Amino acid sequence: MTQMDLQPPDVAEPAATTPVIEMQDISITFGAVRALSGVGLRLFPGEVHALMGENGAGKSTMIKALTGVYTIDGGTIRVGGEEQHFSSPAAAQAAGISTVYQEVNLVPNLTVAENMLLGREPRRFGGIHVRAMNRRARETLDRLGIEVDPTSTLGEHPIAVQQLVAIARAVDVDARVLILDEPTSSLDADEVAKLFTVMRTLRSQGVAIVFVSHFLDQVYEIADRMTVLRNGRLVGERMVADTTQLELVQLMIGRELEVLERLDREVAATSARESGAPVMKALGLSRKGSLEAFDLELYDGEVVGIAGLLGSGRTEMARLLFGADTADHGELHIRSERRRLRSPRHAIDRKVAFSSENRRAEGVIEDLSVADNMLLALQASRGWLRPIPSGTRQRLVTEYIETLDIRPPDPQALMRNLSGGNQQKVLLARWLITQPEVLILDEPTRGIDIGAKAQIQQLVAELARRGMSVVFISAELEEVLRLSDRLVVMRDRRKIAERPNDDVSVGDLLEIIAGEARTQQEESRA
Amino acid sequence: MSTATVPVAGVSAWDRVRGFRPPSRYLPVLATFALFVGLFGVGGLRYEGFADPQVFLSLLLDNAFLIVLAVGMTFVILTGGIDLSVGSVVALSTMIAAKTLDMGWSPYLAMASVLVVGAVLGTLMGLLIHYFDIQPFVATLAGMFLARGLTYLISVESISISDSTFSQVAFSTITLPGGYYTTWTVVVALVAVAVAAYVLARTRFGRTVYAIGGSESSAMLMGLRVAAVKVGVYTISGFCAALGGLLFAFYTLSGNSLHAVGMELDAIAAVVIGGTLLTGGRGLVVGSMLGVLVLGTIQTFISFDGTLSSWWTRITIGLLVLVFVVIQRVMTRRQS
Amino acid sequence: MRKVLAHQLVWPVLALVVLLVINVVATPSFFDVRMQDGHLFGSLVDVLRNSAPVLLVALGMTLVIATRGIDLSVGAIAAIAGAVACTYIVGSDEGAAGTAIVASTTALGVCVLLGLWNGFLVAVLGIQPIIATLVLMVAGRGLAMLVTDGQITTVNNELFSDLASGFVLTLPVAMLVALLVFGLTALVTRRTALGMLIEAVGINPEASRLAGVRACTIIWTVYVFAALCAGLAGLIIAANTNSVNANSLGLWIELDAILAVVIGGTSLAGGRFSLTGTLVGALFITTLEKTIPNIGIPSEANYLFKAVVVVAVCLVQSPQARAALRVRRPAPLVAKAAVS
Repeated sequence: MTQMDLQPPDVAEPAATTPVIEMQDISITFGAVRALSGVGLRLFPGEVHALMGENGAGKSTMIKALTGVYTIDGGTIRVGGEEQHFSSPAAAQAAGISTVYQEVNLVPNLTVAENMLLGREPRRFGGIHVRAMNRRARETLDRLGIEVDPTSTLGEHPIAVQQLVAIARAVDVDARVLILDEPTSSLDADEVAKLFTVMRTLRSQGVAIVFVSHFLDQVYEIADRMTVLRNGRLVGERMVADTTQLELVQLMIGRELEVLERLDREVAATSARESGAPVMKALGLSRKGSLEAFDLELYDGEVVGIAGLLGSGRTEMARLLFGADTADHGELHIRSERRRLRSPRHAIDRKVAFSSENRRAEGVIEDLSVADNMLLALQASRGWLRPIPSGTRQRLVTEYIETLDIRPPDPQALMRNLSGGNQQKVLLARWLITQPEVLILDEPTRGIDIGAKAQIQQLVAELARRGMSVVFISAELEEVLRLSDRLVVMRDRRKIAERPNDDVSVGDLLEIIAGEARTQQEESRA
Repeated sequence: MSTATVPVAGVSAWDRVRGFRPPSRYLPVLATFALFVGLFGVGGLRYEGFADPQVFLSLLLDNAFLIVLAVGMTFVILTGGIDLSVGSVVALSTMIAAKTLDMGWSPYLAMASVLVVGAVLGTLMGLLIHYFDIQPFVATLAGMFLARGLTYLISVESISISDSTFSQVAFSTITLPGGYYTTWTVVVALVAVAVAAYVLARTRFGRTVYAIGGSESSAMLMGLRVAAVKVGVYTISGFCAALGGLLFAFYTLSGNSLHAVGMELDAIAAVVIGGTLLTGGRGLVVGSMLGVLVLGTIQTFISFDGTLSSWWTRITIGLLVLVFVVIQRVMTRRQS
Repeated sequence: MRKVLAHQLVWPVLALVVLLVINVVATPSFFDVRMQDGHLFGSLVDVLRNSAPVLLVALGMTLVIATRGIDLSVGAIAAIAGAVACTYIVGSDEGAAGTAIVASTTALGVCVLLGLWNGFLVAVLGIQPIIATLVLMVAGRGLAMLVTDGQITTVNNELFSDLASGFVLTLPVAMLVALLVFGLTALVTRRTALGMLIEAVGINPEASRLAGVRACTIIWTVYVFAALCAGLAGLIIAANTNSVNANSLGLWIELDAILAVVIGGTSLAGGRFSLTGTLVGALFITTLEKTIPNIGIPSEANYLFKAVVVVAVCLVQSPQARAALRVRRPAPLVAKAAVS
């Protein structure tokens, strides 16, 4: 857990004086995990309010608390001055609070008009009055300046249009509050512009908008005020105009106290790089809607750290290098031979390994034992007809349980009963057993306790010292700086900088991420 | 099948055709209609007397109960569910009708009790599916066993129906202009189709059925009454199965625990051939009726031919289901 | 893990024991086994013998369900297998032992093709298993009738007939065949990596893909295996009556098999499977069918009891039903959201 110096959160006063929503001292716990503690949010009519924070900061939880998806354990929610607790999203919607999620929550098989008015269609003679419904839908769409035929089927339109329709549905109920949860993450620049036009229209009509986005530029373009969360706590409420991007990033990422000793990096890695050819080389690799073209070289015995905010493209880069997603353009060379990675299997056969940031959905097999989870990748590459001999099995499993200090040290324990840190170590073991030459670790230390974190960091350093090429992705800049020989910085789905890690400070890195050094970067690249 | 797939080549001509294209949601039904007309046309050309309108009317007459079953099944499949119990419920309905009449109940009371039992059974399955998150396939499997078991519990032997009201309905015909005739059972089936079509197209209940089939979680977040509708479609299916059972009782004038074995497959096949997406969200009840008529036509075809054996019906139905399922799969994959 | 396994099997075994006790109370001679002409006879032996087809089909179904699939076509495949074998026997040297062997092999070969077909629809075209196997469920019996020309084909072949009613070492052949397949399946899934990979694909397909598991091959394998088991079951059923009726052979056996799998504790959501559980489930179903006439209820009413069992088992496995018994917080929606 990050321990930070708790100053009283900053407070920014907007022009209007009575907030339409006031959340105070909200706490929520899931089992043993405290998702939110003492968090607040004030929302005023006619403002766009950005809710900022890294993964796990508590943004979604906060929204779900407001809209009645989660029950809060402590604190008060006031709507228009009156204390309210919504029992369901429908109840919140009835009170004028509508939410539009990143994944469009509409039904693709019905028409645009139906999607806007489902559940409150105008009726005549007991049945739905289709013409009146289409007319009303068109009026709302016109008011928002959205050009789409209300009688067309929703699924035929691109996601961006569906998103706008979702907003139109939300405001058709005379919404006082509109919550947009990462609405822009799958939109291109033109589509974002359209969305912003609609948002400005609504703002001028007095609607209060909560805007969640990972894209700092977008926040600075559209938002008036913002609330920043970190690890389930409130770290600040600011006017956007008074806060630099650098300050914001600092608020979001924070500075971890130096609990972990700085590991001594050996120089061996750098020399390896000078002599050898790259083990992996990407040339103009890209994937539409996910990552712009990038070049990257990985060398034996070297740790490459990838830094960037959530949604900056750091995970997408890892997935392209592993073949978890297929690239549209560009070339990938492994040991100087051009390879097309059409599936993870191809990458594994070329001795590339990838541990996903999403441990639960893409890593662990919860109902299998620790031993099975460890041996899965090796077994998969051997095929089911050639089981790993039980002697080897036992040797590998005990060896890795011991080396990585996995608790409980029981190979037959079910994976679901392990703590996050120990699950992560099992997943590391799964890949180390395949003896990879390139190991890509996406957020291997997220959400695990500090002891396990230190162990994993030490392991990464050790692996590189023994000649493995490691790609290390983390939202924690200290960690990236501590481990990496070379730094790659991502922003807005682009690789924006690459430099050796010599005397780079957290501050330098923050500046690059916040984009203030971008122009300089671009000059140096040209 | 060329009617369902659209030619890709031919740029400018295609663009012009595009303007006249009916909304894509009607395409599968039009395909089924074309298939039906085509089959009927080929039959008319090949066999003497096939094109007679009375053949068409007999088609309706012989399949009235199946049309009603397919109507109920359409509701369920549109939500992305399935109902395996309908065949057994038909058998149970014939048995309840026969037994209660045998015991001297009034025919109207007998009919009412049949319909109530069907609706209650359906509701129970719906409750299991929605509130306990049991897969529709398993819950209705239990319903299938239950209904069949109850049938045997009432009587292992076949019971014939001799009630005068029942036989009147069964034998009385409606004369149509031109000397053609039809029966009341056909009228009941057509009314069921009309009511269902209205409910699905023009009521909140109906539109929620489609919304659940499109995305249940979205429907929930949109504040729609998902629970009521999800249970409701199984009630409707149970009711339709019971109504189909009554029509079947009129048709056979007997209650028998061996009636309608495997009829759920025919109903499902008819719905699929009628262009309804098995994963839910797309389809029209009129399509299901056409699906039943296609199945009926294939049967008529084979009986007219004389050289073809009856099992070709099943094989052809299986092939048609395959074709529709694969086309649906290709179309949904292209969309995503 | 042993504790968990024991825990899983406690209920099905207990249910089976209860059924057996009911039988003994109704007919005290139920457990009697006597020797006659060097063969074992008795109600228990009957149960074991009669459970062979369901057990066989259920074994294949277990693996299919473990991959998050389902195979509705096994009944139809059983009918096709019976039809192919009987038609072949009738068409060549009817009494010869060689004929029976060739016939059975041909039938099983056809089943492998049918399994490949199901696997193709599921693994390659990506059609939902329940829909994909529905195709063969609908068309299969038609194909079987095509083979038998719509006749109830009666055969007269001693070796073939022995498959169902013969005895080896005082034990019924059908039972031995089923147990042999059970043993082989257990051996293959647990001694090779097949079982583990099947479970991995069933529990978390995406994690398995990222770990390099070829789900396609695995899925294809289990559907072929399921078809093969169904074929074997079809042969035993046909041999039992020395005839094949394409309309009724193996009718609803897919449902009994699914029931056996569910009773045995394998979740329909896929993942961990228990072959021993399936064995207990199959025995339970066969014993149930024996119990009902034994306690004086018409045997056809066994469907009623099966319905009760399905609902009971599903409710026991349903997290919602369990949660309803405990405190009602957090609400279901919250519980789901918190997990993801």
